[in-house]
Parts: sequence; structure tokens; C-alpha cells
Amino acid sequence: MSEQHAHAAPTGFIRKYVFSLDHKVIGIQYYFLALVAVFVGMFLSLFMRIHLVWPEANLPWIGHIKPEQYLTLLTMHGTIMVFFVLTTAPQSGFGNYFLPIQIGAPDMAFPTLNMLSFWTTFVSFVVMIAAFFVEGGAPLSGWTNYVTLSAIPSSGPGQGLGEDLWVISIAIFCVASLMGALNFITTTLDLRARGMSLFRMPLTCWAWFVTAMLGLLAFGVLLAGGILLLLDRNLGTSFFVPGGLNVSGNLSFPPGGLNPGGHPITHTGGSPLLWQHLFWFFGHPEVYIAILPGMGVASQLLSTFSRKPIFGYKAMVYAILAIGILGFLVWGHHMFMSGMSPYSAFAFSIMTMAIGVPSAIKTFNWLGTIWGGRVRFSSPMLFAIGFVSLFVSGGLSGPFLAQPVLDIPLHDTYFVVGHFHLIMGVAAIFGIFAGSYYWFPKMFGRMMNETLARIHFFITLVGTYAIFMPMHYLGMAGHPRRYSQLTELNYLHPLIGLQEFMSIAAFITIAAQFVFVFNLFWSMKKGKKAEINPWEATTLEWTVPSPPPHDNFGGVTPVVNHGPYEYSVPGAAKDYVMQTDPATVSAH
Amino acid sequence: MVTTFSPVAVDEPKIGGRGPTIVPPPRDGGWGGGRPEDHRDRLRRYRIGMFFALTAVVMIFVSFTSAYIVRQGVGTWSDASARYVTDWQPISLPPLLWVNTVILLLSSFTLAMAQRTLSRKLKAAPRGGASLEPVLIVNGQRSIPWLGITFVLGAGFLVGQLLAWGQLRHLGIFVSTNPSSSFFYVLTGTHALHLLGGVLALGYAGITSLLRKPLVTRFVVVDVTALYWHFMDFLWIYIFALLHFAR
Repeated sequence: MSEQHAHAAPTGFIRKYVFSLDHKVIGIQYYFLALVAVFVGMFLSLFMRIHLVWPEANLPWIGHIKPEQYLTLLTMHGTIMVFFVLTTAPQSGFGNYFLPIQIGAPDMAFPTLNMLSFWTTFVSFVVMIAAFFVEGGAPLSGWTNYVTLSAIPSSGPGQGLGEDLWVISIAIFCVASLMGALNFITTTLDLRARGMSLFRMPLTCWAWFVTAMLGLLAFGVLLAGGILLLLDRNLGTSFFVPGGLNVSGNLSFPPGGLNPGGHPITHTGGSPLLWQHLFWFFGHPEVYIAILPGMGVASQLLSTFSRKPIFGYKAMVYAILAIGILGFLVWGHHMFMSGMSPYSAFAFSIMTMAIGVPSAIKTFNWLGTIWGGRVRFSSPMLFAIGFVSLFVSGGLSGPFLAQPVLDIPLHDTYFVVGHFHLIMGVAAIFGIFAGSYYWFPKMFGRMMNETLARIHFFITLVGTYAIFMPMHYLGMAGHPRRYSQLTELNYLHPLIGLQEFMSIAAFITIAAQFVFVFNLFWSMKKGKKAEINPWEATTLEWTVPSPPPHDNFGGVTPVVNHGPYEYSVPGAAKDYVMQTDPATVSAH
Repeated sequence: MVTTFSPVAVDEPKIGGRGPTIVPPPRDGGWGGGRPEDHRDRLRRYRIGMFFALTAVVMIFVSFTSAYIVRQGVGTWSDASARYVTDWQPISLPPLLWVNTVILLLSSFTLAMAQRTLSRKLKAAPRGGASLEPVLIVNGQRSIPWLGITFVLGAGFLVGQLLAWGQLRHLGIFVSTNPSSSFFYVLTGTHALHLLGGVLALGYAGITSLLRKPLVTRFVVVDVTALYWHFMDFLWIYIFALLHFAR
């Protein structure tokens, strides 16, 4: 309770950069955590791509990859990317840094809780990485961690201690995310500056706010599921594990395996589908947790760099709310293969198709925003356009998969892998890149190199399409996903050439990411000094020095007189009106 | 166009017998606007935060409840009877739980009294409670240590729950004995863990009193702790009812 909003700027290294209460430092900490995580996740995918097409290759560090190790790579790639990159960077990273500034607050509502959220996330990441180094290695039951594979320690290497660490890490991550979410929500509701009505908030803030709501309602469910799974694994309960399981010729017993009475404990009567329901009730909103902040950034940038107001501001707000609400009603579409009743499947299918409506509203409004604008193709804008492109390309396969009759043949193929990588993976990553190039001048006071940014953009855009578009074709050709080796299956032989093409595209795309990292660190030291408002944007973060002072606004509280997207206002002196400009600038 | 913080005094906080009047945030957000932050702002912020924290807690227990209902209805094929049977065998709840329930309800009452007393002190305190002096005497009466009593009752509830688990263990009912006992331990255990958090918060509130923190700080701590505590009370009644009626 001692935390005050006017907390003084810390002076020591530890308080300033490590256990900082400043939302800007915490935002950067989250961002760099995600940067480390994305490289770990990317190298895991590199190993996977190599193994798929050259299964006999001897790789540095891990040598020859066995099929079960391929599953480990797949599991950890998915887990690290979804939780520690897609959830961490766009929401906790940029959100932490820019939500308070954009609404005119000196910090988050609860700075100590904010610090605690970051360090809890950090512990969670360390526990997750530790799974690689324990006996048996990291788990192999996928990022969805389906029971019974995940519940029986003897079901594979890595399903012992490694899997326990996985569940514990995710449980810790849930707690961290819940703390973060309630902080974001309280900040948005309670700390807006005078004049900053909800409908004057930039769409980035709306996206972070709705994402926080999703996190608040979703992570508790995963936490509950994780607790039950840990009990099933270690204390012999049977929430998820059915009876009579035969693993490698033995009936499954939990470790320790004996009641105090001396009888072996056997699992009976649990429901593996119960785990799937709990997981996907979290898992589907999680998809939106990853993508909504990207949508906010895209909206912000398309308007700013087209020098036009966002097309249909309120429609964009209602669409993002609709996506958030519908996101809780569609989890069953991940389970069409589970043998669910066709009536349930039909209901989930209809709800899923309904998400196409707000998604289309957003897409057309983005296009309407660019239409007729004086577009400045700076690197942030390129990535924002790339985001829209990938969102459409990945989104269009959604209505296919939303129909049980199409999902059932496509579900366990590369078609789904292509779908979710485009829309959830790469689109969200493009949102992060767009945000990075856009906000870097504000965060570090220098500009990033534009030439390198363009090289990075074009290779990454073409590269990701070259990796993930062919996956749709592979899927329709019946190529199963999660298979570690293709060479043994005759009917897959004609597809190996395409797989090789995708692997080479992946190597080039991964190489291009080093251009980004070089640009990031080089520009921090050597980049051109940034002005206060290099992009001529209107929102509050562009009214303060780069980087902003400790309390963001230097002891004054801003007063907001304008909406966030007043570009090319007739009669105004400049082609943009800052949110804090006097009310009389425009006669609207 | 910016407005600076001005150190001028604002309206005297309106403190009633049932806690201070909370000013609803203006439509454009409550922050700034030229007046210094006072305890009403802090109270509002902490209450909003606590409300959403409790929403997250609700989701955890909603998940457990849905798992409870699903698990209860899962059938397993029995070769012997050639039909689906359930392995769910209801356990009989230890009667001690009724005593614990009464203790917890009492603690909610005593915490409400603590709030009331603190609110009176705040009303009587000079400078709206911003003073560091603890106000121990109100209207010539020495106040009853309601906070301490609540702390003891909360700890008593936890001890009672431990005893109830011990009774079940004595009967040979463990966490893995039957799905019904698994859920019993999960629900009561998770609730106890949350209540332990509440007891620690009460301890912290007591420490703020001993450390002579400003009265308004203590008021805010006790207020949000009470919000949490009453909710844990309600949650316990819900869990008890679920375990009792949906056996």
C-alpha cells in the first residue's frame, strides 16, 4: 500500500533496471524476455525443419534427432512461442510501456504488482527452460498437453520431471498473467487523464484493455486445469486419467504408486476430454490474446501513416469487443475430432463462423483507412500492411476449418499448421515488428535504420509466405502434421521437394531476423537521434521526450481535447491535431 | 495545454459511518485534472483492482465446479454389469465443517466492525486522517481490537479445516481415494490457500497500525482486505453447499 503514484525516480542500478517499479522499464524487460524466448523458439523450429527433410543430419548440440526428440522440439517450440513470445511481447511488453502514456497516466495502477508480474513471468520462463536439462528432457505432449500422454509419466521420455516442470511453469505463468491483466484493466478504467474518455482512447489501448479482459477470464481456467493435472500426475487422482490404461505393456500407476494402506493406486474413470475442454476454454481466447494487440497496433499505424482518421473508429471498438466475447464461445471447434455430438459441433461451428463478421469489419476498415490516403511507406507502415495481409491470408482458411465436415479431414494435417502460423504466429509477430519500428524512437531516443528495416521486411514477408502457404497444399494432399520423418512413407515422397523448399525458405527467413536484431542493438547506440514526434502522430506518447521521464509527463498531467486519429483535419494548421492540442484547433 | 498539480486543499473527505463516499470516476477517467490524489482515489483504485482480482478467483472456482459436474457424470464401462457405471462415491462431510462455517461467518462480522471503528476514527481524526498519530480513543471509549479478533478467527478457521482433513484421513479418505474426495480436497484446499492470503493481509493491516501508518492508509488496507474476506466467506458457503448438495 506504500506505493505512491508520484514514486520518486530510483537511483541505484538494482532499483532502476532490475526490480524497477517503472512501467517503462518493466515493458522493456518483458520485451527482451520475449526476444530471448523468440530466438529459443526459432532455433527449435530450425532443428525441426532440418530434421524433416534431412533426418540423418547430425546437428550441433543435439546430434541426431530421434522421433521422440522431434516431438519435444515441437512441444517446446509451440509452448515458448505462444506463452513467452505472443502473449508476452505485444501485451505485456508494449502494453506496459505505452498504455499508461497513451492514456495520460504517470504509471500503472499498481506498480509493485507490475514488477511482481514480470518477475513471476521470468521465473516461469526459467522453469520452462529447465525442463530441457532434467532427466528425460523436455516433454513431448504438445503445447496443448493432451491427456493421457501428458498425465502418465511413463508414456515417454520427458513425460516425467520435464512434464511436471512444464505444468508448473504454465501455472506460474497463469498467476503472472492474471496479475498483469487486473493491473491493465484498473489502469485503463481509473487512470485516464482529464478529457481521455473511453472513446478517445487510441485503438491500441482498446486492444490492450480487451486482451487484459480475455486474460483475466481465461488464465484462471488453465490454472485450474493445471492444478488438477498435477494432482493426477503426482497424487494418483483420476480427474482426467481413465482406468485400464496400458502403457508399454504395463498398467499405468502414478509414481510412488501406493496408498498408505499398501495397495497400488490405479487410475479409474477420469475424462481426458475434460482436460481438452478446460484447455481450449483458455486456449481459444489465448489466440486472441496473441492477435488483438497486433490489431491495435495495425489500426494505429495504418491511420498515422495514411494521414487519415481510422475508418469507423467506433465500429473498430465494437468489433474488437465482439471478437473478445465470441472468442469465449468457440473453444469446441478445436475438438471436432474428439467425437463430440454433431449438434454441439454445429453450435460451435456457427459461433466460429460468426467471428468472421467482426474480423471482416476490421479488415475492411483497415483497407478503408488506407484508401485515398497519402500513404507514407515507412518501415512500421510496411509491417502494419504485412499484418493485414497475413491476417487475411491466415483468416480465410478459418471458415474452412470452422466446418466440422472440412475440419475432420484437415485437422491433423499441415493445413491447420499453415492456418494458425499465418494468423496467430506470423501476423502477431508482424504486429510486434510494426510496434518495434514505430515505438523504438520513443523507447530509446534514436531511430532504427530504415534500409535494414526494409531488407528485414521484404525477406520476412516473402519468406513467411513461402514457408506457410505451401502447408495448405500439403494438408490438402493429406500430409499429416507432427510426423517426424517423411522418408518412410511412400505416399509422402512426392511432397518432399515442397518440404525442402519450405525448409530453405525458413533458413533464409531466420537469417533475416538477425538483420532485425543487429538493427535493434546498433540503433540503440548509433541510430540517428529521434525527435519527440518523428512520425507526426497524434497520441500522448509523442508529446513527451524520447525516452519519456520517470513519471512520463514531467510532473504535469495532460488534458486531452481530441480523438486519437485527427489527421488531415480541414482548417487545421498542420495535417494532424495532437490529442492535447487546444480544443479550438478544429471545428468538429 | 496542460494543468499542473496544485497543492490547494480540496473538499474535506466525506466520511460516513458506513465508510467514505466514493466519488465515481468522471466519464473521462479519474486521474489528474489538477487536484492531488486523495484517499478516495486510492480507495477507488484498490477496489477496482480487488474486484477484478476476485473475478479471476471466480474463474478458477467456476472451472473446478464445471470439472466437478462433468467428472461426477462420467460413466465407465463395467463388464460385470454390462452397462456404464460411475465410480463416484459420495463422502460424508465432517460435521466440524459446520463449526468452521460459523467461525468464518463471525469473522466477517468482526471485520465489518473493524471497518466501522476505523471509519469512526477517520471521521474524528484531524486533517482527514493524514496525520501519523494513531487515534485510539473515540468518543471516550477505547475501541475493541476487532482486527485482531478477525485475525484469530481466520486462523481458527484454517486450523479447523486442517482438523477436518485430519478426521477424513483418519477415516482412510485421501485425495486419491475417490473422485469425490479428490474434489473435496481440491476445493477446500484452494479455498484455504486463498483464505491464508486473507489472513496474511489482515496481519499486514495490523502491522500498518503498529507502524503508525497514516489512518487513511490503514483504512484503504482494511477496506480492500474486507472486500476480499467477505468474498472468501461467500465462496466458502458456495463450496460447502456444492459439496453438501451435489454429492
